[in-house]
Amino acid sequence: MKSTTSTILCCILVALFGFCAFSQNEEPIPIPKTWGGPGLEKPTPVSLEGFSGEVLEVLKFDLYVQGFSFVTPDAAQYLISGSNAGNVQGRVTDRFSKSSLLARSYTGASLRREAHAFADDIVLVTRHDKGIALTKIAFKDELPNGEGEIYVADFDGHNPQAVTRDGAIVAAPAWVPGRLALYYTSYKLGNPDIFYHDLTTGRRQAIARYSGLNSSAAVSPDGARVAMILSKGGSPNVYVCNADGSGLKKLTSTSEDSSPCWSPDGQWVCFATKIDARRRLAKVPAGGGEVRVVNTIGVSNPTEPDWSPDGKWIAFTSQMSEFDVCVVPAGGGDATILVRGEDPSWAPNSRTLICARRSASYRYVLSLLDAPTKQFKDVARVSGSDSQPAWAR
Amino acid sequence: MKTTKLIYPLVLALAATLATTGCKHKPVGITKLPGQNAPQVGEPTPTTLPPGTPVNTEEKPPGGIPLAEAGLFDGMTPDRAALAAYTIHFAYDRSDIRSSEKPNLAQVAQALSSDPSAKLLIEGNCDERGTEEYNRSLGERRALAAREALAKLGVDPMRIETRSFGKDQPADPGHDESAWSKNRRDDFVLLHPKSGV
Repeated sequence: MKSTTSTILCCILVALFGFCAFSQNEEPIPIPKTWGGPGLEKPTPVSLEGFSGEVLEVLKFDLYVQGFSFVTPDAAQYLISGSNAGNVQGRVTDRFSKSSLLARSYTGASLRREAHAFADDIVLVTRHDKGIALTKIAFKDELPNGEGEIYVADFDGHNPQAVTRDGAIVAAPAWVPGRLALYYTSYKLGNPDIFYHDLTTGRRQAIARYSGLNSSAAVSPDGARVAMILSKGGSPNVYVCNADGSGLKKLTSTSEDSSPCWSPDGQWVCFATKIDARRRLAKVPAGGGEVRVVNTIGVSNPTEPDWSPDGKWIAFTSQMSEFDVCVVPAGGGDATILVRGEDPSWAPNSRTLICARRSASYRYVLSLLDAPTKQFKDVARVSGSDSQPAWAR
Repeated sequence: MKTTKLIYPLVLALAATLATTGCKHKPVGITKLPGQNAPQVGEPTPTTLPPGTPVNTEEKPPGGIPLAEAGLFDGMTPDRAALAAYTIHFAYDRSDIRSSEKPNLAQVAQALSSDPSAKLLIEGNCDERGTEEYNRSLGERRALAAREALAKLGVDPMRIETRSFGKDQPADPGHDESAWSKNRRDDFVLLHPKSGV
């Protein structure tokens, strides 16, 4: 009797273990992690089946610039399939566990936009991270005579819309975080001045019209303050004011300051400057205080910094024999060269960058770069020279 | 006996573990696609941007900071020809005034001292080999450097305004050092008060 009971109990044990071994997924829920090193990550291999035309083009572009690669199903980590007759339908399957991660039909928009929405869902279910396929950029489009206009467009350069129609020299558009509003430099009134421009109403207002240079506006993460370069004091330095231009305060007295940008916690303004006869990146407390160097070891002449939204990296342009887009840990350290290009701006995902690349004809084209994998691709062009991109965050 | 005693707690422990963590059931196969009630993706708004409103030239930014300098130059008539011959040039990535440029500066100072009602706009420029905002700042430094040099020659610096064009207004559109050296420059624009009532 006792041995029968123990046998039964043993069987139950074995059965319970066996049952769990077969159907339990050992893998814990993945937590989105920041990428370990620029240019060091392998792309995530996926296969794409059933899509055609513009939808296929959009899916491939959107995923490529977020660090995916395209392989046959037997080499893929995720199988992406679906159709785009009439509207986009898509499925994502984990090839190893064979589980369905996503099955969805997209309606109510153009095929292009539905494909972007699917691309975002793919990133969400495979990486548990927010995608960038429905985000916006601003940039300047310049004609050969130096005049230009500020544009906004989809992150891939499609659906460009002119924000200005002034026929003036323009520069350095900067988004107000979370809002459809920009600051930019315009020579419309003769001198380089900084304007605030509400994109939904068209209302605009000069917020910096001091003597000399007013340029390089950068908006604080809470939208309440603007950093800029003014030369009204006799040399170009970093100033901060309220969003409407009031409350101006001089932050630096260093030489040759340019291109301020904010830390995502709003505590620091990072900028390019010259210290001890060398061009450096530096940062200053946003409320004023001591300027500290941000080391960019291994590259020289750093300029045009942009701080990643997750706070971990600063992207910048290094000018040696050519211009290169580089990243450095936000506290300073070893810099990594990513790709030929300049003026990088981070996407909200803190991994994709947009930058300007000089083409053979000396005009600029905009290009997207995935920092972890170094995969990059040009975006669609407006007619002139497109540069000084800013990613809406 | 002993075996039985061991097994009971083991089974209980296993059952307790399973009860708390559970076995994850992953369905094999594809979930049914939602049909008519699929959430709409929707188009972004706005689909067209309203044109920018005309900029009010009278409007000055708030904050109480005097704009005396900028205001002093409003409404003056520019004369680009008068001092066109005295454009000064700079070395690559430098804003210091070279001694070779001093004679031109002396001529500019002379023109200003012989016409007390005139003011001066110095336009600073760069060649295309820098990044854009760096160049906008460098062009301004070149203009400021000339202003300081003129102040040393006795010109009241409050008569002098600076304006940087970065690399946006090259004198020579070429892409070699011959063109670039012409573009790294300060242009001097004489300003006369508007005549008449």
